Amino acid sequence: MSILARIKAFLGMEAKPEKEALEEEVEKVAEEKAKPRIGYIHLSGCTGDVMSLSENYDILAELLTNLVDIVYGQTLVDLWEMPEMDLALVEGSVCLQDEHSVKELMEVREKAALVCAFGSCAATGCFTRYSRGGQQARPDHESFVPIADLVKVDCAIPGCPPSPEIIAKTVVALINGDMDYLQPMLDLAGYTEACGCDLQTKVVNQALCIGCGTCAMACQTRALDMNAGRPELNSDRCVKCGVCYVQCPRSWWPAEQINKDLGF
Amino acid sequence: MVLGTYKEVVAARSTDKQIQKIAQDGGIVSALFCYALDEKLIDGAVVAGPTEELWKPAPTVAMTAEEVLAAAGTKYTFSPNVWMLKKAARQYGLEKIGTVAIPCQLMGIRKMQSYPFGVRFLADKIALAVGIFCMENFPFASLQTFISEKMGLDPNLVEKMDIGKGKFWAYTADDVYTLPLKETHGYEQNGCKICLDYVAELADVSTGSVGTPDGWSTVFTRTDAGETIFKAAVEAGVIETKAIDDVKPGLGLLEKLATDKKTKAMKVIDDRKAMGLPVPYKASSEKEDPLANI
Repeated sequence: MSILARIKAFLGMEAKPEKEALEEEVEKVAEEKAKPRIGYIHLSGCTGDVMSLSENYDILAELLTNLVDIVYGQTLVDLWEMPEMDLALVEGSVCLQDEHSVKELMEVREKAALVCAFGSCAATGCFTRYSRGGQQARPDHESFVPIADLVKVDCAIPGCPPSPEIIAKTVVALINGDMDYLQPMLDLAGYTEACGCDLQTKVVNQALCIGCGTCAMACQTRALDMNAGRPELNSDRCVKCGVCYVQCPRSWWPAEQINKDLGF
Repeated sequence: MVLGTYKEVVAARSTDKQIQKIAQDGGIVSALFCYALDEKLIDGAVVAGPTEELWKPAPTVAMTAEEVLAAAGTKYTFSPNVWMLKKAARQYGLEKIGTVAIPCQLMGIRKMQSYPFGVRFLADKIALAVGIFCMENFPFASLQTFISEKMGLDPNLVEKMDIGKGKFWAYTADDVYTLPLKETHGYEQNGCKICLDYVAELADVSTGSVGTPDGWSTVFTRTDAGETIFKAAVEAGVIETKAIDDVKPGLGLLEKLATDKKTKAMKVIDDRKAMGLPVPYKASSEKEDPLANI
């Protein structure tokens, strides 16, 4: 099945023409069909991504009560055996020397219809890319890679962490079956080797940079400065999350979505 | 639709004599920000403010009318205003942020609002984005070339720069110097060559000199927020307007320039695609309206 078909199957619906109020959606979805079964899998990361999710105070209770079933997740569900899931949110990169992590990821791919790299560690490796091992309690744990290096990933939400808003927007898009909105997340599943230097090689070197400053604004570690109208990277601060390039208006351009959001 | 989606277009200018004196054209950006600050519609505005180096602007958060006016006038080089938006929210604690932006900067802002992957709690704080018409932007060194080399002028003597009527203009206290625009070609930044937006199509309100007489500006209201603030400013008497059909040269010239920019850009986009170079926009053959900013 194609990713699109799988997402539609996950939603149990075709794309709806009009976006409706979230609360109405909640009731409707709850009535209409079984709630999607979502698993949360924590590999090598700081838990910041799910913390960011939980900052959506206004929709969180409804989301968890009426919209979805969290069927698996350390600290969230009292369950040892991984069940079948419609969607698995994977936070954290995977450590090649950690057989448990590798095994868990493989199992996720088997048990989940859709695998989402949730946050930059899972999507690009992010700061775990800098690991060189040699630390207690497991000095042999040194190789951390994005989950897409080991399994097929259907969509990615980069960010260190992803903002509460992008998580909420993604959830709402899933509920509404808004595939147009989700398309960039599907495309970003392939963006696994990220670095602040992408701005130089993929934007400035390609005669695309216009010096708007969006990259430097978006950088979550203040690794970017603007000098003479071009981004200047302090690589000591870069965590390789990929957000600067993802936010750049010259990397990809969601014109239709923007016009829709502006009411044009 | 080479002028983008808009609700209304008018000729307008600030009624404030001081703003009229220092503004590039009709002083619309200054007037709107001063009004919005007064009425607490915004807590501050990110503007291209002055730095120690003359004609080299830097993004600045203006919290008072005085600070807004200090940034009045066009600077034809980089001021990465989008960069300052997060600082305006985090370091200055602004909840309602105004900003002036050129079309490409608005693209960065709007993309961030639609897809705020790594940008937390900023998207809904942009209360007023005023866009300015933009044909191209110049690296600072290009401006130095125009002024120092081609015009033989001391940059410190220049009081105002302008582009219009086919020329690059520099005003000193006593004289006016011009350079045919042809002489500036090749000095633009390269990224501008694929830009499909001349009239800041994604702004709340966009404005620029083309289309209206000297001392006036053409103004498009585009979003609900933009329309509300602009109308309120007119009602309050800080901005006066005239019907666009009653002024010269009118919308025709604006349409021509917008079409020219888009047509040239589409050629570069198509050429780049043919060479296998990355472009974020669709090729002519891939879209219904070949000049649309998509």
